[in-house]
Amino acid sequence: MVFARSERPRLPTAIKILVAGGFGAGKTTMVGAVSETRPLRTEEVLTDRGIGVDDLTSVEAKRTTTVAMDFGRITLGNDYVLYLFGTPGQERFWFVWDELAEGSLGAVILADTRRLADCFPSVDYFERRGTPFVVAVNCFEGAPTFELDEVRLALQLNPSIPIIMCDARKRDSSREVLITLVKHSARLRAEPVGS
Amino acid sequence: MRGADEPTDEHWVDPEIIRPYVVTRGRTQPAHGRFDLISMALAVGPPPGPDAGLDPEHLRILQLCREPKSVAEIAAYLDLPAGTIRVLLGDLFDRELVSAQEPRSEVDMHDMKMYRAVLDGLRSL
Repeated sequence: MVFARSERPRLPTAIKILVAGGFGAGKTTMVGAVSETRPLRTEEVLTDRGIGVDDLTSVEAKRTTTVAMDFGRITLGNDYVLYLFGTPGQERFWFVWDELAEGSLGAVILADTRRLADCFPSVDYFERRGTPFVVAVNCFEGAPTFELDEVRLALQLNPSIPIIMCDARKRDSSREVLITLVKHSARLRAEPVGS
Repeated sequence: MRGADEPTDEHWVDPEIIRPYVVTRGRTQPAHGRFDLISMALAVGPPPGPDAGLDPEHLRILQLCREPKSVAEIAAYLDLPAGTIRVLLGDLFDRELVSAQEPRSEVDMHDMKMYRAVLDGLRSL
């Protein structure tokens, strides 16, 4: 919905993609690798509404909590701007994910083979929500290498969900992950796009 | 006021929490519009004069939004929480100093044209 009141210059349409995964899986690294600026950080100050059990035993018993999200921007011509949001890692901030996931094109779940279980919650979340997602296995140096089929099995991924290897530090590799996601999302939600 | 011999404890009040609400004069919701994190804003019209009653933060937003910017970007560049930016953008929108566009809804995610544009854009990065 455009809510400008009179004749105004045209604004690009914003699209968002979420980058999820466990702590240290390389979310911000990937956001930074493909974005046109260094990763930016935005904060939402949340009241205790919906936070659930907060730890009030700390020195300052605040009634508010700040959730930080790293994100980046990719300008796509004049009509579209793509935003990549790293999802906050803590499970108690999942209600922030709802806001982020709403209207998103899809999600990249970054998997770290040293801590594969860390991405279970993300897989569960996007499966339940029906958000298109792909799994990108971030190849950390010194991390055990697995065949993609093994990772798929371990994550109990549906065969239709793309899973690929990536190096989140590399622009080309991260871009390939995004392209895989956009194609997958288009397959699910629109007609097929090329190969 | 802090004396020179007092400890320079930055956290005697928590500016991270206090400042956003001072900037908005206690308001937590914008007067109009929802302003999603990726709602886009663009400054329109002639720059307001000094008698427009705008705060420095409003002026900084207008300056930033000479090119289209999202709520999240404005928040990041001004180092204020997104909720604060929503309120300030609402003020500017009310005064017709910015135009804004909400992002696509999930319903619009079936638009093939959008997927093609995104793929083409990514491939040409």
